Amino acid sequence: MLSSALVAGFGLGSMYGLIALGFTLTFAVSGTVNFAQGSSFMLGAVSLHLLAISYHWPMGVAVVASLLICAAWGLVVERLAIRPFVVKGSNAWLMATVALGIVLDNCAMAVFGKEPRALDSMFADEPWIIAGVGVFPLQLIIPAVGLTLAALLQQGLTRTVLGLKLRATVQNSDAARLMGINVTALVAVTFAIAAAFAGIAGMLVAPLFNVAYDMGTLFGIKAFAVAILGGMSRPWGVVLAGLAFGLLEATTTSLLGSGSTQIVTFSLVIVALAIAPEGLFARRRTIRV
Amino acid sequence: MSLVLSRRQAGLFAASALVMTGQAAQAAEPIKIGLVAALSGQSAKSGEGITRGISIAIDEINAGGGLLGRPVELVRRDDESNPAKGQTAAREMIDSEKAVAIFGGIDSPVSQAIVSIVNAAKMPFMGVWAAATNITRNGADPNYCFRVSAVDVLVDKRLIAHATGVMGMKKPGLMLVNNGWGASNNNGLEAAAKAANLVLAGVEKFEDKDVDMTPQLQRLRDAGADGIILVGNAAPGALVVKGMQRLAWTAPVVSHWGISGGRFPELAGSWASKVHFIQTYSFFGKQNAVGEKVVKALKAKYADIKGVGDIVPPVGVANAYDAMMLLAMAIKSANSTDGEAIRAALEGLGKYNGLIKSYDKPFSHANHDALDENDYVMVRYNGEQIEPVTG
Repeated sequence: MLSSALVAGFGLGSMYGLIALGFTLTFAVSGTVNFAQGSSFMLGAVSLHLLAISYHWPMGVAVVASLLICAAWGLVVERLAIRPFVVKGSNAWLMATVALGIVLDNCAMAVFGKEPRALDSMFADEPWIIAGVGVFPLQLIIPAVGLTLAALLQQGLTRTVLGLKLRATVQNSDAARLMGINVTALVAVTFAIAAAFAGIAGMLVAPLFNVAYDMGTLFGIKAFAVAILGGMSRPWGVVLAGLAFGLLEATTTSLLGSGSTQIVTFSLVIVALAIAPEGLFARRRTIRV
Repeated sequence: MSLVLSRRQAGLFAASALVMTGQAAQAAEPIKIGLVAALSGQSAKSGEGITRGISIAIDEINAGGGLLGRPVELVRRDDESNPAKGQTAAREMIDSEKAVAIFGGIDSPVSQAIVSIVNAAKMPFMGVWAAATNITRNGADPNYCFRVSAVDVLVDKRLIAHATGVMGMKKPGLMLVNNGWGASNNNGLEAAAKAANLVLAGVEKFEDKDVDMTPQLQRLRDAGADGIILVGNAAPGALVVKGMQRLAWTAPVVSHWGISGGRFPELAGSWASKVHFIQTYSFFGKQNAVGEKVVKALKAKYADIKGVGDIVPPVGVANAYDAMMLLAMAIKSANSTDGEAIRAALEGLGKYNGLIKSYDKPFSHANHDALDENDYVMVRYNGEQIEPVTG
């Protein structure tokens, strides 16, 4: 029983981690939290369904186009719901991102419809039996993609010019600006990357579950919990927190039934944060005074 | 010759003109039939099917001169499968639309939430899909809730009989949606299993928004379940089947009819046809005269209906058609649109040769359910179409 739960939890957990990576990235460079991140997850799945199924685009083209749509959405979020408030020193971006997410969900409902739809995949039809446990190939692909993206992000942050600029901005945005870094553009690009990450998660998860205009709400909330739990500062920490959350969810459902899942998991999130307020995997900071 | 009216004659003339104008306005004023159902979301197809069934019946009634000399009109509200929105819509039907009766939709929790409102307002309520036992058997006297649909307590007996008979289950496990409808069936299935000396492997619940059902399925499998009895709507029901597919668990599945209210064949994929489920009517096979008339009318009115397999979901169409016809008979018999008079007339109805069957005293003071277990039929999906299980 638990082996099956572990497989399910690992897949879901890596999804949470991937969405939460977006929270981490944008928080690090802008000091804000994008509460429309769950809608980016939905946008990836819904765009892919519309382009590949409704408009019969080749799957590869539809995937790339959906990623671009998500990235463009990230730019819109930053421009409309973040930048106007940050420049004024206001925290109203919190409500603005929530509102913009609701707007996108409702636009998706108008275009896509209210009924859940299926997105078939050859990787989610015939299960493989591994050690007596049935697994769709996609369930193995999802964590592989999640972990690979986390690794690429880590490498990108340390080994590319863009990553260097990002880290400089995270460390001291004023100094970065004085050194000629276009911080405004950098923040916008970060929001685009974050939305694309969530979009990838949405596209990957779509064939396993149903595609619906409101699918991002619950995933977005859970991913935010994961980002907080992971410490909001370390990509690896966030991914590990995502896996832990997914495994905890699946194990709880297996042992206690789904009625207890949210009670147990979110209670344990509170306990974990009470013990480690900065997050389980947060980088400890030393501030000189 | 000039016509000169005295002041009194002029007053009488004006009063007569007003009365005549009022009568003309009342004659033209339609009798409104309310529908509060899921017209969007995962069960949107159920609302569409009910709409079509009522509309075909209303077209027929209006072609015959309407009711009490007035045309009949359908007014719809989307409850979005949300009990609170259903209550608001029901109040709107009573207070604003002045509907003479309200039809309900697929969701038992919504209908359960409406029961107390319609009973308090003395508004006849016609259930045409939601099967929770306590919608009609609600303890109120007088009771304004009627139903032309399945009743959980009877469906559950049939599901257990089909599971152990045709599908050969010895120890089925229950997968139930965690709401009032699931609870209603939990009681009914356990009672039916006990009556059949059948041991259940276990009872598992799922939420409508759950995305992964494999933990619950694995618990049942580990408990020795050799089949699943499913109670849920299309989207979560499809995830149950997808979960079984992922676990490579080929055990048979028999289901209540909630899965037929949405895009179950699309969402469940290649394993959708494995599921046997219950309906109150099938448009396949030889139809009675009413059946032939209804199929012809549906084909004429809706371009997407080319054959009987396109009448989906059939249960919504058939139940709603017969219910509307029975309600029309009651309004005629009562010669009134007053709720209390219609309720009394429904309880006193005699014979009606309907689509689903020939009704004889469909309702009484003690019984507000027009259908019983003899009216149920087991079916399965063949592609998008629903066909009877043969053998």
